[in-house]
Amino acid sequence: MGRTLSEKVWDEHVVRSTPGEPDLLYIDLHLIHEVTSPQAFDGLRLAGRAVRRPDLTLATEDHNVPTLDWDKPIVDPVSRTQVETLRRNAEEFGVRLHPLGDLDQGIVHVVGPQLGLTQPGMTIVCGDSHTSTHGAFGAIAFGIGTSEVEHVLATQTLMQAKPKTMAVTIEGSLPEGVTAKDMVLNLIAHTGTGGGQGYIVEYRGQAIEELSIEGRMTVCNMSIEWGAKAGMIAPDQKTFDYIEGRPEAPTGADWDAAVEHWRSLRTDEDAVFDKEIVLDASTMTPFVTWGTNPGQGVPLGASVPAPEDFEDVSDQVAAEKALEYMGLEAGTPMREVKVDTVFVGSCTNGRIEDLRLAADIIKGHHVAADTRLLVVPGSVRVRLQAEEEGLDVVFKEAGAEWRGAGCSMCLGMNPDTLEPGERSASTSNRNFEGRQGKGGRTHLVSIPVAAATAVRGTLSSPADLEPVAAPATV
Amino acid sequence: MEKFTTHTGVGVPLRRSNVDTDQIIPAVYLKRVTRTGFEDGLFAAWRNDPSFVLNNPVYAAGSVLVAGPDFGTGSSREHAVWALQNYGFKAVISPRFADIFRGNSGKAGLLAAQVDEKVVQRLWDHLEEHPGAEITVDLETRTVRAGEGVDAIEDSFDIDDYTRWRLLEGLDDIGITLGHDADIASFEAERPRWKPVTQHA
Repeated sequence: MGRTLSEKVWDEHVVRSTPGEPDLLYIDLHLIHEVTSPQAFDGLRLAGRAVRRPDLTLATEDHNVPTLDWDKPIVDPVSRTQVETLRRNAEEFGVRLHPLGDLDQGIVHVVGPQLGLTQPGMTIVCGDSHTSTHGAFGAIAFGIGTSEVEHVLATQTLMQAKPKTMAVTIEGSLPEGVTAKDMVLNLIAHTGTGGGQGYIVEYRGQAIEELSIEGRMTVCNMSIEWGAKAGMIAPDQKTFDYIEGRPEAPTGADWDAAVEHWRSLRTDEDAVFDKEIVLDASTMTPFVTWGTNPGQGVPLGASVPAPEDFEDVSDQVAAEKALEYMGLEAGTPMREVKVDTVFVGSCTNGRIEDLRLAADIIKGHHVAADTRLLVVPGSVRVRLQAEEEGLDVVFKEAGAEWRGAGCSMCLGMNPDTLEPGERSASTSNRNFEGRQGKGGRTHLVSIPVAAATAVRGTLSSPADLEPVAAPATV
Repeated sequence: MEKFTTHTGVGVPLRRSNVDTDQIIPAVYLKRVTRTGFEDGLFAAWRNDPSFVLNNPVYAAGSVLVAGPDFGTGSSREHAVWALQNYGFKAVISPRFADIFRGNSGKAGLLAAQVDEKVVQRLWDHLEEHPGAEITVDLETRTVRAGEGVDAIEDSFDIDDYTRWRLLEGLDDIGITLGHDADIASFEAERPRWKPVTQHA
């Protein structure tokens, strides 16, 4: 019987397999940041252990760093200690680090692909659940806890029970203006937050093939939001083109050998998945969340649901609690929900294509009164590229704030947070209670919805915007 | 890691599903560089609410948390496990755990016991009828027990064999893996040369 993509990649990394025990899996790339690593390095130090493969390890600073005044010392002493601890650990254990101020600093899941370190067929881990992003290249990539970070540092392996396999086939083409983000929000509303639990998911089908690599990253990024162990997409010519020429990509004969191998990384025709889901992209519309988990979403054109709309009792209770927290009335059209802050950025939607799309929509418009728009590039290189293309000017002329690179308002552990009761439309990945700041209310949205919402001040799509008047010609 | 065989302690009913890791401990509390002291951030937002279960003095010594399905979803932060442990919890009972949370629990020595949703419902009812009642979580027999007589609750829980064995023995994963060093070295010797590295000789 044939094998699925994930089974092929898994099998290539098994160091040791014994019945009754998890497989010992080799890790090709270990990404590290300041928040989930200090206790791991401490554990190594206590046991007198070294980092086994510093040359397969990369660190950067992203979670708690400020996006303003990033060239000055970090004001918050606790954040500063955490960042300084990472710097000391990297130095002591010989790990390559891209610190704040470095050209390659940025969100760890933006930096890996940008450097060309993320390649098909790899195993990639990081102490961050959005490591699933790297699956867009046909890698098995997943988030791990700090004990596992220590385990990988010490052994370059992980003990892992082999997950089940699932295929998510998205047929047809996405309509104009509907993005990868809408696709994945649609999917999560369909499956619920636990629907992917225990599975490595392969996204496939025409709509997935038609996505750009950055769009594929957006889809794989949110695999964890429906509970999947990892999400991955078979590599194709687009993948190879995206990697070729990047600083850490193979070259010459190595490139040819790599591509030859990468082309074999496809699910065999006779392979059987443990579960399959099929969705139709052509019926998808811009999708937004109304509640406090990523599965609580509806089309932008719909209204806030009522608890009694749900069959399951625990869904009803969850909806009731979510509506109360979100300060929403059932039956309110989503388009009437007024937003205070719009956040464009994060490992979900903070890459150059995202910023180009946002700038394209916002150009010639102005951010609504009483609304603020925060645009945060995912990495320093994304920021510099955007500035070279003049996107920063478009945003600033529209009244947006143009920031330095980092996780920013995605997670409320750096200075970019919501105030209690403040409502955001956010291109990030989690709308949990307090995620973006204590008492903050988050609606997850795509880039086009974020940009249009910033202009109108209520949840909107670009179709709701007044056409920009053409400049007068002489 | 300390061995875990069986634990009996005050059960705390947390009548919520989808308790994500941002609820267990918000990111702003993750800035310590130690493994201790995270109890201050445990359920931080909810603890401002006087009616929140942990604010009831009867649960002050709580050590077995009984939660709804999809406990520990979201972030990979092991701090969520540490916060529960630092506060005094030894075990969490839920019908469904998020993968990363369950993995982290096993590594850190917190027992994540998965039971049928009906068992959680019965435990909730029992704990609310008898606030401060104890629950026993027996890893050797994989059973949860509470109450006495006709109302006694006893049911099995799921945990994978390997994690159970490690918890019972209190084993250090890294030590086990380093025992397979020769396997790792021979795997490394066979890796293709075009695989990327972060440092060049």
